[in-house]
Amino acid sequence: MNLEHKDLLGLEHVSREEISLILDTAESFKEISTRRIKKVPTLRGKTVINLFVEPSTRTRTSFEIAGKRLSADVINFSASASSFVKGETLRDTAQTLQSMAPDIIVIRHSAAGAPHILARLLDSSIINAGDGAHEHPTQALLDMLSIRERKGRLEGLKVAIVGDISHSRVARSNIFGMTTMGMNVAIGGPPMMIPRDLEKLGVTVHNRLADAIRDADVVMMLRIQFERQVSSLFPSIREYAHFYSLTRDTITLARDDVIIMHPGPINRGVEIAPDIADGPSSIILDQVTNGVAVRMALLYLLGGGTE
Amino acid sequence: MKLVINNGRVIDPSQDIDAVMDVVVTDGVITALGTDPKDDNPPDEAIDATGMVVTPGLIDMHTHLREPGFEYKETILSGSAAAVAGGFTSIACMANTDPVNDTRSVTEFIIQKARAAGKAHVYPVAAVTRGLEGSILAEFGDLKDAGAVAFSDDGNPVIDSGIMRRAVEYAASLDTCVISHCEDRGLSSEGLMNESLVSTRLGVQGIPSIAEDIMVARDIALAEYTGAPIHIAHVSTAGAVALIDAAKSRGVKVTAETAPHYFTLSDIAVEHFSTNTKMYPPLRSNGDVNAVKKGLKTGVIDVIASDHAPHSSIEKDVEFEYAANGIIGLETSLALSLSLVAEGFLSLTQLVALMSTNPARILRLPKGTLSTGADADITIIDTEVFWTINPDDFISKSRNCPFTGMMVTGKAVATIVNGQIVFRAF
Repeated sequence: MNLEHKDLLGLEHVSREEISLILDTAESFKEISTRRIKKVPTLRGKTVINLFVEPSTRTRTSFEIAGKRLSADVINFSASASSFVKGETLRDTAQTLQSMAPDIIVIRHSAAGAPHILARLLDSSIINAGDGAHEHPTQALLDMLSIRERKGRLEGLKVAIVGDISHSRVARSNIFGMTTMGMNVAIGGPPMMIPRDLEKLGVTVHNRLADAIRDADVVMMLRIQFERQVSSLFPSIREYAHFYSLTRDTITLARDDVIIMHPGPINRGVEIAPDIADGPSSIILDQVTNGVAVRMALLYLLGGGTE
Repeated sequence: MKLVINNGRVIDPSQDIDAVMDVVVTDGVITALGTDPKDDNPPDEAIDATGMVVTPGLIDMHTHLREPGFEYKETILSGSAAAVAGGFTSIACMANTDPVNDTRSVTEFIIQKARAAGKAHVYPVAAVTRGLEGSILAEFGDLKDAGAVAFSDDGNPVIDSGIMRRAVEYAASLDTCVISHCEDRGLSSEGLMNESLVSTRLGVQGIPSIAEDIMVARDIALAEYTGAPIHIAHVSTAGAVALIDAAKSRGVKVTAETAPHYFTLSDIAVEHFSTNTKMYPPLRSNGDVNAVKKGLKTGVIDVIASDHAPHSSIEKDVEFEYAANGIIGLETSLALSLSLVAEGFLSLTQLVALMSTNPARILRLPKGTLSTGADADITIIDTEVFWTINPDDFISKSRNCPFTGMMVTGKAVATIVNGQIVFRAF
């Protein structure tokens, strides 16, 4: 079996079988990262361009490592969104890159739909590494891989996703992917952070943290971005932390074997208490490890590599 | 100079006419309707309009011609040429040029350029406030003397209700009206499309329908309190239609327009992030689309106007978030509107009222009629011709059209302005 499209722009239209294929492939790649020589020749001769139009260290590094462990040539191309607006357009950049004949372009962009522009224009496979508040499919895939690893399954598990859903691409990709995989998704957050008609995506929506995380198998806390949200959306960081922070007390509402996730980087003491982030239920660092494996799987599946 | 249009189906709501007859034009003026006497004074030119529909010249009361200031998008010449190709004999153009049309010299410039172009009549709509900034009223009296037919800060709402009150009252005293772009900026905020399940799925910030409704409600309150007329531009929501309906039944002097995209497309069209689906107000939900259509049918909405808003690839061939708002419409408006007739939703008489009689009445133009003595502005329409929308065929300088590839029926085949055939395609 193979993926249906040349690109991975999001999880909204990706089937259960495809998600399973990606996760299975990622699982088989994990072992490579534990070897003494962490490199296989699978994508030798393939070129991967990381086009990051929005700053990111974690995701870019993860893709870069994934590509290099598969022996692809990985080139990082950073641009600031502001220079795009004023001068060279994304279209110009895309055409320039196309002339260099990359096999895969990984794009991170602050504007929703930017990867779709590349996908329309270019023959290369496009992987969305986050577009505005739209999707971040590789994050959701690594999240699901991490859950499956710990719980042995996805179907039927209750996962709570708490935070600013309106501005979260991680939340959207997880909602699409997790509902496709048969998980029960409960969303938590204050009303100003919940986008309209969200429940029509097959999730339950709760304004109180307790209602969202009660009996959850998995609790995923999203990063609250101080700069943006708090000034315009919510009274204060203090108030948010008081009512929405995952603490030793609130976590007792979830199942005893709950696992705690966070896409990072975390704001200690805001959405998550330090002892919870570092505690035994936290799998935050597993997520990072699995990020490399999932990205290796995608580069392999889209890059047409051979074992 | 005598021109006779023979044997067309003449539809003129201003005179309650829907009948096959000849239209006789002498020296730019309509001199007879009925059967051309075929007397000793033979026509200099005759058009056989058998099987065609002959209407008072269509009027598009909401366009952006981009000159002065943005001539790479459209000029008064290209825009008025696109207008006549779309069947319009008269168009009104909004004030958001550079410089803004807030002074007599800009109004005069537009009129002079339009005259030199020799295509459609162009009626400038001048700004409500200087620089469209919402704080100081433009010189309505002087602007009206120069030829402005209405006042609008279109593109921007007049946020200050006190200024809007003074504007509608002053405009009324000059026997004209304010055209209001209804948008509560606090609610529309950073929104880029309609707020709905679609915006939620796309992760695009939404603009709630109430951002429009709230300002429509305010403007109705101002019109009701002052007794002044107000015209609501580009109605797109079910809420606005309901508010206008209720206001009209109370006798408030409110009139309204919508644009073809608001009854043709819903926000689902945004799904692939095409920047040609980005405009203000945004494409709304199916419920809104149906309410707008119903508003046209019941007469709550008086006018179909294109809101022709040309942009070049520089503004449109970019990320959705960075793209400018607006689409072109002069050359698609009639065909998209005719589809409501084909569906049996509107009669042809209603359509002509929406696209000619009513805009003439609202702007107080001596147009929109084929009565004897009127200026010979006439549109001849082939309601049967089947064609595919392809912006590359357009006369407009811009190509920002969301209807590319759509198959439509009906188009203008001849456009006559002051008795001159300025466009003919048969």
